[in-house]
Amino acid sequence: MRIGIACPYSWDVPGGVQQHIRDLAEALIAMGHEVSVIAPADDDLPLPDYVVPAGGALAVPYNGSVARLAFGPLSAARARRWLREGNFDVLHVHEPTVPSLPLLACWAASGPIVATVHTSIPKSRVLLATHFVLRSALEKINGRIAVSEAARSTFVEHLGGDAVLIPNGVTTARYRHARPLDGWPGEGGAIGFLGRMDEPRKGLPLLLKAFEILAPARPGLRLLIAGPGDAGEARDRLPAALRDRVRILGPVSEEEKVRVLHSVDVFCSPNTGGESFGIVTAEAMAAGAAIVASDIEAFRMVLRDGAAGELFAVGDPAALARAAGALLDDPARRAELSAAALDAVRDYDWSVVARAVLSVYETVVLGRGAPVRIAEGA
Amino acid sequence: MMLFFYLVAALLVLVLIGTYLSWRAGRLDRLHARTDNALTALDLALVRRSASAYELAASGALDPATSLLLADAAGRTKDGGPGLAAARAEARALTGSSALPGNFVFISHGGGSPADGDGSGDGAYSRGGAYSRDLAESDLTRALRAAFSQPGFRASLKESDGAEELVAEVEAAAHQVFLARKFYNDVAARTIDARHRPLARVFHLSGTAAEPAFFEMEDSLADEE
Repeated sequence: MRIGIACPYSWDVPGGVQQHIRDLAEALIAMGHEVSVIAPADDDLPLPDYVVPAGGALAVPYNGSVARLAFGPLSAARARRWLREGNFDVLHVHEPTVPSLPLLACWAASGPIVATVHTSIPKSRVLLATHFVLRSALEKINGRIAVSEAARSTFVEHLGGDAVLIPNGVTTARYRHARPLDGWPGEGGAIGFLGRMDEPRKGLPLLLKAFEILAPARPGLRLLIAGPGDAGEARDRLPAALRDRVRILGPVSEEEKVRVLHSVDVFCSPNTGGESFGIVTAEAMAAGAAIVASDIEAFRMVLRDGAAGELFAVGDPAALARAAGALLDDPARRAELSAAALDAVRDYDWSVVARAVLSVYETVVLGRGAPVRIAEGA
Repeated sequence: MMLFFYLVAALLVLVLIGTYLSWRAGRLDRLHARTDNALTALDLALVRRSASAYELAASGALDPATSLLLADAAGRTKDGGPGLAAARAEARALTGSSALPGNFVFISHGGGSPADGDGSGDGAYSRGGAYSRDLAESDLTRALRAAFSQPGFRASLKESDGAEELVAEVEAAAHQVFLARKFYNDVAARTIDARHRPLARVFHLSGTAAEPAFFEMEDSLADEE
């Protein structure tokens, strides 16, 4: 099958949607399909040979945050050329509600189109003002995919129509084995965190408070933190006496990330919301970590309602401290959760997920019969 | 006789001081009134800019991504829904009255109000904290600037009827915002200065009128990079 995938965000910026598209494209190629991805990227950037650059993206305010997006006449022209030259059997657009390439591709194309929504949009953020632009593009979509229940409700509530739920994939084999960082997890136990330090919804302040509760009774306990953000600011949130028991790595490479997951006794996902799937949590599961996570919808789903990881009341540092403390004291329970996580995460392996996506492609192609073309008037 | 003269002289001095103070109070009152007028003008200029940006987005002359970007940014400048209570609080702080002049509505996201949000940071959205009109209007400026500076943007306008006029209207409205904000901040500065003079403070000449606040926002459509 010839598959064209449109990515909304800069290829060279790390992000969940980009990673999803990369892993999906590679899984589809491994299954023997022809895949071309168009993404915002500068022309001189080294890219995998399945990626077509659509020019640089611009940082602009949209829907309550600032994103690097590709829009304007030049991007539209590039999207059209890519569609014409690609002669795809199916076009797969990601995040079609974002003003970037997927929306442009959707506008320019006619034929079998599949769309995936990754993030959930809270009702207060959806504007009637933008409805008229989205409606005409979204009406062309033949098959809709949501990566989570929360993202699916975005389709149902705001955009009209339903979507099939196909969760994000994890290349589980990549996470299974790694050498822990030197000296970790250590005798006194270690708790780990991965994610942006300065994004409140990722919940690091919560974990720091819980650490403050746990630390006095556990003199050897340490905290391992990896992710972008201001390390000094995070450290300042702790009492001075505890600061040397926290190791902050800053942004880490993929390889280091896997090592971090293998360097702790308990991995913590304290997110307070805004997570549609929780890819980091799934990666920790693939590494066989014993997980403590907020009781939000996304985590409840991947952790099988707590069977594959402990859930604690959202936003409650005392509850987090209790759950993490109980796990630190109980190696048998940790081993049990680790085994359960490894088993549960198999459902999210990319080999499984890509097959599910492919069956959506096959279904819409069945209905349309003709390949993707340039739409009249676009 | 001498006593009578002193009494008359003292009375005269008192009358002169009183007249001067009342003249100063009147001047301060006029300054406050001019500040209010300038704020109304600024509000109208902002609403005109927002409306013309929205009209351009809805015209179908632009590609859908640019249209979506502009419609979103313009829509957010007028979103009164969840932020209305917070807006009234801010209006009170800004104008001394909780009535919102015209369409003068602030918006707030994440359920936070300016009082309980941390209000820090650029763009301000990502922090999930307070969100106010100056930030929404600055975001519209950034969206317009990004859209208009796209390579090929001007050339693409020639393909559809009336598109150049719509863009010219947005640019004219944006220039008016620039002027109105300059005038408002100027008269606000003079009012604040007059309120802080020793006599004005000692005799409480400004009465119950609240101190005006400057309106800070990014308003230049010119590409600064």
